[in-house]
Amino acid sequence: MMKGSQQQWPLLVPPPRTPGKEELPIDIDSSIPVSSMSKPYSDSQIEMSGDFVRNPSSHSIQSKSSSTHSIKGVSFREGHDLNPVSYGSRGASLGSNPVRYGSRGASSGGFTSSYKEINDEDARLVYVNDPGRTNQQRFKFAGNSIRTSKYSILTFLPRNLFEQFHRIAYIYFLVIAILNQLPQLAVFGREASILPLAMVLFVTAVKDAYEDYRRHRSDRIENNRLASVLVNGEYEDKKWKDICVGEVIKVSGNQTLPCDMVLLSTSDATGVAYVQTTNLDGESNLKTRYAKQETQMRTPVVGNIGGLLIKCEKPNRNIYGFQANMEIDGKRISLGPSNIILRGCELKNTDWVVGVAVYAGKETKAMLNNAGAPSKRSRLEKRMNKEIIILSIFLVALCTVVSICHGAWLRRHREELYLMQFYRKYDYSEPEVKKYEYYGWGMEIFFVFLMSVIVFQVMIPISLYISVELVRIGQAYFMIRDDRMFDKSTNSRFQCRALNINEDLGQIKYVFSDKTGTLTENKMEFQCASVGGVDYDNGKDISTEDWQTGYSVQEYQGESPDEQALAYAAASYGFMLVERSSGHIVIDIQGKRQRFNVLGLHEFDSDRKRMSVIVGCPDQTVKVFVKGADTTMFKVIDKSLNLNMVNATESHLHSYSSKGLRTLVIGMRELSTSEFEQWQSSYESASTALMGRAKLLRKVANNVENNLKLLGASGIEDKLQQGVPEAIESLRTAGIKVWVLTGDKQETAISIGYSSKLLTSKMTQIVINNNSKDSCRKNLDDALQLYKKLSNVSHSNDGGHGAGTNQLALIIDGTSLVYILETELEEKLFELASKCTAVLCCRVAPLQKAGIVALIKNRTDDMTLAIGDGANDVSMIQKADVGIGISGQEGRQAVMASDFSMGQFRFLVPLLLIHGHWNYQRISYMILYNFYRNVVLVFVLFWYVLFTGFTLTTAITDWSSVLYSVIYTSLPTIVVGILDKDLGRGTLLQYPQLYGAGQRGESYNGKLFWVTILDTMWQSVAAFFIPLAAYWDSTVGVSALGDLWILAVVILVNIHLAMDVIRWYTITHIAIWGSILATFICVMIIDALPFLPGYWAFFMIAKTKLFWVCLLGIVVAGMVPRFVVKVFVQHCKPNDIHIAREAEKFGNLRETNAETEMNPISDLPRSTATATT
Amino acid sequence: MNSGTPSSSAAGAGSADSTAPRRNSKRPKYSRFTQQELPACKPILTPKWVIGTFLLVSVIFIPIGVVSLFASRDVVEIVDRYETDCIPEALRNDKVGFIQSNQNKTCQRTLRVPKNMKQPIYVYYQLDNFYQNHRRYVKSRSDQQLRNNGSLQDTSPCKPEDNTASGPIVPCGLIAWSLFNDTYGFTRNNQQLNVNKRDISWKSDREHKFGKNVFPRNFQNGTLKGGATLKPDVPLSEQEDLIVWMRTAALPTFRKLYGKIEVDLQRDDVINVTLENNYNTYSFSGKKKLVLSTTSWLGGKNDFVGIAYLTVGGLCFFLALVFLLIYLIKPRQLGDPSYLSWNRNPSGH
Repeated sequence: MMKGSQQQWPLLVPPPRTPGKEELPIDIDSSIPVSSMSKPYSDSQIEMSGDFVRNPSSHSIQSKSSSTHSIKGVSFREGHDLNPVSYGSRGASLGSNPVRYGSRGASSGGFTSSYKEINDEDARLVYVNDPGRTNQQRFKFAGNSIRTSKYSILTFLPRNLFEQFHRIAYIYFLVIAILNQLPQLAVFGREASILPLAMVLFVTAVKDAYEDYRRHRSDRIENNRLASVLVNGEYEDKKWKDICVGEVIKVSGNQTLPCDMVLLSTSDATGVAYVQTTNLDGESNLKTRYAKQETQMRTPVVGNIGGLLIKCEKPNRNIYGFQANMEIDGKRISLGPSNIILRGCELKNTDWVVGVAVYAGKETKAMLNNAGAPSKRSRLEKRMNKEIIILSIFLVALCTVVSICHGAWLRRHREELYLMQFYRKYDYSEPEVKKYEYYGWGMEIFFVFLMSVIVFQVMIPISLYISVELVRIGQAYFMIRDDRMFDKSTNSRFQCRALNINEDLGQIKYVFSDKTGTLTENKMEFQCASVGGVDYDNGKDISTEDWQTGYSVQEYQGESPDEQALAYAAASYGFMLVERSSGHIVIDIQGKRQRFNVLGLHEFDSDRKRMSVIVGCPDQTVKVFVKGADTTMFKVIDKSLNLNMVNATESHLHSYSSKGLRTLVIGMRELSTSEFEQWQSSYESASTALMGRAKLLRKVANNVENNLKLLGASGIEDKLQQGVPEAIESLRTAGIKVWVLTGDKQETAISIGYSSKLLTSKMTQIVINNNSKDSCRKNLDDALQLYKKLSNVSHSNDGGHGAGTNQLALIIDGTSLVYILETELEEKLFELASKCTAVLCCRVAPLQKAGIVALIKNRTDDMTLAIGDGANDVSMIQKADVGIGISGQEGRQAVMASDFSMGQFRFLVPLLLIHGHWNYQRISYMILYNFYRNVVLVFVLFWYVLFTGFTLTTAITDWSSVLYSVIYTSLPTIVVGILDKDLGRGTLLQYPQLYGAGQRGESYNGKLFWVTILDTMWQSVAAFFIPLAAYWDSTVGVSALGDLWILAVVILVNIHLAMDVIRWYTITHIAIWGSILATFICVMIIDALPFLPGYWAFFMIAKTKLFWVCLLGIVVAGMVPRFVVKVFVQHCKPNDIHIAREAEKFGNLRETNAETEMNPISDLPRSTATATT
Repeated sequence: MNSGTPSSSAAGAGSADSTAPRRNSKRPKYSRFTQQELPACKPILTPKWVIGTFLLVSVIFIPIGVVSLFASRDVVEIVDRYETDCIPEALRNDKVGFIQSNQNKTCQRTLRVPKNMKQPIYVYYQLDNFYQNHRRYVKSRSDQQLRNNGSLQDTSPCKPEDNTASGPIVPCGLIAWSLFNDTYGFTRNNQQLNVNKRDISWKSDREHKFGKNVFPRNFQNGTLKGGATLKPDVPLSEQEDLIVWMRTAALPTFRKLYGKIEVDLQRDDVINVTLENNYNTYSFSGKKKLVLSTTSWLGGKNDFVGIAYLTVGGLCFFLALVFLLIYLIKPRQLGDPSYLSWNRNPSGH
């Protein structure tokens, strides 16, 4: 990297991140960029490693290695989804994602409990370069061979079956199949009863086997890679799988690390190594890792490495934490996350490193993080499950009716049963007359009940679960492949991480959006500065003097976009960051190189909201530079020094933030020698303290960060992403409420609100910004009053027409939320917020974000969607019904926790309005149709049972009733479920309001369910009774009539589907007409088997004209009511979708279609898209 | 990681994009399929189509209905219910006792032909309340045994009529056991009317389902006789009554073909039937009927199809008119955006 540049140091070396700050109850000001030095001071020999220790339980890492987070094994995804495109300003840590080491913030409580001496019992002892001894402990450490595959050839069958039967649907199949094997209950033939189960198991097993085969292959490749391992004093090549814990391994540049290793030494004299962690967490920037000075010095002589003992914590999945200590020459030094390099990372910009394996194979952090995607249930599915319960009640009712009727029939004929030719209660063939298959009245009823469950089993549409899964895979495929959701700048496709909530995308009512990185690009651009009370807008000539004092301090490794922007800005004014190493920085100041020693660093924390660095300047003075949020900075600035300047700066700050800029205030103080020494000793003791280190460090920081001289302030622009205002506009038109939750300060948030069109000048703003519960209560009450007044006014003005003219916008800050959330005030806030057009929450902490989502989720049935890009959005993403991660600048934690991920905020529009709408319409229709399809068959079977003495004879052959949901009717519904579109893309974008159909649940609701059931009843009556009446008093046989019935039902069901198909593709034709044809063929095949009783029945009955007349009659009579209702509703009570569809067809929209195509929201015009592929 | 030199511009951030090599773009391959833009036909139910559909249905259905109704009316059917009449009045208190006894069960019936009947005239027997589709009954047969001489022992599904002391029953099972055994003889003007009992069964059954080398064995040898006996020297493939009977009926009221009279019958002909009333339907109060019927292209005498077609056709015609009226009285321009809910009711959102 940085080839051709004189810099040897990466600009982007963020320290290990500390996720999991959701535990902090205090809001974090994301407007403050946080910078940090990524390295403990090796030259001052201060040990800081303990600070890295985190409470592992506080982690929210949902990540898994990128190669495995394909959607449940759908194979069209190509492995990783890294961002190969790099950014100058790319940084993993933002202000909203502060990095704390040096001094710890508010979570010191959690910290102290987690920082403890590693217990001997919990520790793993690694004898460096002595794998034999290392592995001779109580527990054997895992070897380095990995196995992501689940099965071996031997275990495949039992394990796969075991796993498959975890699903309730399969259990149902199994129970029914087992019931059917009992001789008394053998309704279906043995083969026929097992077929559906076998089919499903087989298909799933093949899919699993193929996936596992691919995993086996990649495992093999992975395990057989070579690494250089120290054996008997020399480095030898060894396969990865043979590496054991305790071995010393040498890794060269650009190689991948074979296991988790503690660094012993590196090619760099100071012990620095750079690793890229894209495989681990997706962040493509380099991170620095360090070898301890003690080991760094001795390693060149190979023999010296031995005799070291590393005591480290047990394997855990926290990729940002590591806790260990090392005994060296009787001295104990502690090791932290910056001393360990993890499997899967790549070594960059470093010639070689030598390290000792501490975790291998499945115990490496990368492997431990291979967890599954989050599992959520879609709302439609929940509703579907409810209705399946209703269907089960139907089923039980039908079975009860049949068994009771059978009981009554037996009772009535009880005297006749002995001689009835068709019953024969007794077996007279033996000398001793026995009852023949008669178990008494009660038992007979019971058996009939169980038999009817078997016969009517399709009432529960188990196949629906499988079809819905297939359809969702198809939908996911289309979403992933959507050209308009491909982000060119990050080269990232849309991703479905959760496969079971596709249709929820069509019902979203609330969108909770993060701001930085989601609405904005998170590419910071320096815009203006206030130096010494003078405002310098971008482009103005700034005097050298001011810049030196103001900005040289900022020139260390920029690891946040803000700092990046500042560093670039400074460079363009002639202050070039030349070298940034462990203990010093070298800056080229207008051609003259100067060296500053970095003596100490107090990290950002959310308590102080500032950070500071202690620098030894070339002129031998020691200065402390502090930067941070205005609120906290002005507290520690000595205003008496220059009151005018302070005031001027404050007013500049105000104007910056109202322009939407992120502001920073910088202060400085010179330290006297005594002050410095005092600081240094307290800093040293604090950072080596074993207990409460963070608290101590914070105290040290607070002591030195005071009486500062104000240097100035900077304003950095966070550019809005492309298409955001249009997207928000569309979403709002679609009836989706967009709430922005940001850590930024109010002015910034409001100005972004304006530029993103979230806020408009027409809106009345309600600002809630309080410090106590009482004032919050008062404010909320006032706001509600105001709302009532406004709505009254608008009502009296123009009779309800002008509700839109008095839109409200609520702006509330995190401090107020502290007093509102989880108190009785929540109710009021909800009432108010739900009436507001726009809601903007500023300065909110991550946990509060989740709290706001919960506020809505707990009180309404409305679907919520959270979208964000940073670790601070994880809690909100997980809380919302649908979580979307922006795979942008802030690493991948949000993506890892999300259900879907995409590159840009504006993709929400095609995602929700188009795909969401389609998914919802498709799945809704599919569920209803599948209910109908199965119930209609069940009722045809049921009606027949009434004519068989309630004995569950089926006229339809076993095979046909089993194949019904497998071959006869399954494909069309899947094809239609994947391909059918109610409306085209252009229409949906032109009229975002059409999205409302999904929000109101118009395509699948209780009413529709019952209407469908009614229609089903009628169709089953038509299908059953028309042949019954037509063949009454005739010679027709049971098999022939059964063939007529099954064909009638299949044709009816397919014509029903055909009537509802909106777009006929070739494949739709093939599926629907092909299914009917397939049914005929299957019936013919079944009837061509001479060993079945129904031999040739179909051919005989198909020769008669009555058969065809019946079929035609059934189809028409069955469809008429549905057709009439459909036509009537479409004409007299058309819904928006009907109108839009007509408009689409008859061209009223045609001229506007072209326009929407060009709309920036819909990404690229067609021609460009084709050209680039 | 790779950025332009810091001096290049203050907004160095933005320049990274262009300098980064564009390696393996993940842009999805464009195809009309993946973008869901395949050409499609989008039919819409316009008034023309709706009325056209209804009219089409009525145009097809009404003629079919009329033709079917005429066909059904043309069929001449003589039905004679005889199960009670054929028991001497004195014994009608104990019908089961009579039918189980060895008394002479011959019975004379007289039928009058209401209309000319063209040959072939089909002779059926009709049983009511006989559940040939009862689960215990339907399953009690062995199709293997019927087909194949080698499968004599294949009687497992046939219980309780599977085996006797002298070996397996052929044909086994309740169905065969309960073979109908009433017989009919017809005379007109004291002249015998021949009943052709050949080819009353399906050819496919004779050729493939009932073996040419399978002969009845141990049939009706049990204590309880269910019905007819079979000649042991005639192969099953030629036992046409059995073949017909083994085609179990779909409904508890059914007819089975007994034979064909291959002469025309004139109106007001009087036909004397000599009837052997052997079959026991008395134990479950089943009715027995003798049916003589001609057929039409649609089958037997059944007005249902005609009436149903006329009803559906008429209804569709009526619906066509109703929708015509609706479209005339309350017309709506298709796809008029002003009907969209948010345009009709702007304050709704």
